[in-house]
Amino acid sequence: MIAEQSASSSADDVLVGSSLWRDAWLRLKRNRMAMAGLGVTLALTALSFGGPFVTHALWGYDYESQNLAYGARPPSAAHWFGTDYFGRDLLTRVLFGGQISLTVGLLAASVAASIGTLYGAVSGYAGGRIDGLMMRIVDVIYALPYMFLVIVLVTIFGKSLPLLFLSLGMVGWLMTARIVRGQMLSLKEREFVLAARSLGVRNYTILFRHLIPNTLGPIIVYFTLTVPSMILQEAFLSFLGLGVQAPRPSLGALISDGAQHMAVFWWELVFPGGLMALLLFSLNFLGDGVRDALDPSSRGRS
Amino acid sequence: MSAEPLLSVRDLCVHFRTDRGIVKAVDGLSFDVAPGEVLGLVGESGSGKTVANLALLGLVPRPPAFYPRGEVRFAGQELLHASERVLRSVRGRRIAMIFQDPMTSLNPYLSVERQLTEVLELHERISRQAARIRAIDMLAKVGMPDPERRIDAFPHELSGGMRQRVMIAMALLCNPELLIADEPTTAVDVTVQAQVLELIRDLQRGSSMSVILVTHDLGVVAGMAHRIAVMYAGRIVETASTDALFTRPRHPYTQGLLASIPRMDTPRGQSLSPIPGLPPDLSNLPSGCPFRPRCSKAFADCEAAYPELTACGSDHLVRCFAAERGET
Repeated sequence: MIAEQSASSSADDVLVGSSLWRDAWLRLKRNRMAMAGLGVTLALTALSFGGPFVTHALWGYDYESQNLAYGARPPSAAHWFGTDYFGRDLLTRVLFGGQISLTVGLLAASVAASIGTLYGAVSGYAGGRIDGLMMRIVDVIYALPYMFLVIVLVTIFGKSLPLLFLSLGMVGWLMTARIVRGQMLSLKEREFVLAARSLGVRNYTILFRHLIPNTLGPIIVYFTLTVPSMILQEAFLSFLGLGVQAPRPSLGALISDGAQHMAVFWWELVFPGGLMALLLFSLNFLGDGVRDALDPSSRGRS
Repeated sequence: MSAEPLLSVRDLCVHFRTDRGIVKAVDGLSFDVAPGEVLGLVGESGSGKTVANLALLGLVPRPPAFYPRGEVRFAGQELLHASERVLRSVRGRRIAMIFQDPMTSLNPYLSVERQLTEVLELHERISRQAARIRAIDMLAKVGMPDPERRIDAFPHELSGGMRQRVMIAMALLCNPELLIADEPTTAVDVTVQAQVLELIRDLQRGSSMSVILVTHDLGVVAGMAHRIAVMYAGRIVETASTDALFTRPRHPYTQGLLASIPRMDTPRGQSLSPIPGLPPDLSNLPSGCPFRPRCSKAFADCEAAYPELTACGSDHLVRCFAAERGET
């Protein structure tokens, strides 16, 4: 019986077809902190995008209708997070703000990752003078104060939401470009690139089919860590009044409002601040987990 | 060989511009490969074997490399100065290469299927399904166990021997006329070495394919090559049929190589005789014959001029003044 089983299992259970991506996912699944981070992130995302509809359906709240007679009430059964100075339901506004912050964070990080990957890959693969020139450009932009650049771009582009994440992304790609270029420099010397060339594969295909997928690990890791930093920067811009414009809330704008009244209306600061902290924590845990999963040898290093 | 050669290399020079001056990795290399012939290209590390073969397919990075002289004709077509487009149509389809290290020659993120079918899609109009079937057939042909399942595997799931089989399958998919095997056995276990060599030999015998077998190990080519060319410092110093080269080597370097092979029938206690000295610095070659500093037969002429390849028997060429005088 036992012999029979082992004979059949040795024939069928040859584990084949498990890509490095699948292996990484299995490692990520075993990481409890990362899975908790993923769970909380997904829950908060669902809440932020679904919640405003629910509060609207239940109580008729939305993020902009004011009710001055009902201004600045502490949390209650009708308004779980209280109301702000203009009588708007804070729960609805916090959730809506979370929605905007998440969107800006994800899109800005995507823009940064795309530009950075393409730029870094071309630079590293081309090598030589082209690489030198492209990297000097990165150095020059890098030398400029980051926030100053974002502020200049926001002022040029105006304060609309799509342009906000474009501005953040256009400044945030530098690090990705450097990482990808560094990877490219060592990858392009690997023998499988020569092997592909010896089979007649063209440069374009080598770059996009063979090389960039090999750098996706570091790109994804950096991406997951960029999302929270973009959210934070959006908050900072909104705090300065350059980000999302009233009456639309973002977490940063809400915290900025709340900070002005924190001595009296504590809930206006605590709830958006709490949500933001929770979001950033879980995203960072997820990012760390992804890094450990994609590069097991990095575990333990900071 | 009387037939029209498939590949004809004439006076090929591949030099590199470096900080230390010009390195003459290949300097005046000439050889022919006839259709269906297996040529063993032998030489120690740094003798220019790999660079020469990469140059055939235009795979040497230029700069720093450049070709001051030379001509490579493949089936009548000039390759050395051909455009990238022409070269791409030859690579993989008419001339294929197998590299040393199967561990690093496969893309770790692509499945075996993807890497095999890529070659077919590149050179033939063929559907995804048809390509997969061809790839499975080829895997079976190169002796991959359980090819239907293994085709979905990723490189890290395969052993070194299996990866080398995938590499060979990849090279042979489009039925190339010439296969260049660059030290295909260096990075694999001894047991796998024999299997790989046997595989290449069987595949070659079953077709009209020519093979250039590049190696530093005379033992590897002994049972396989029809003809052997020995390279030293970027040139061929001796070429002969395998039998003639092993029974009557004429160049002192070839003799040294043969004497340094460990043999089963060497009397106990007798040590191997290595070739004294080191391969020459290719950016600063000695005058005359580059082997002179290590040669026991050297005399005054050897310092004055570089000897030409001269006939010393039927289809046996040697580049040595001492051999010309009959002293070797």
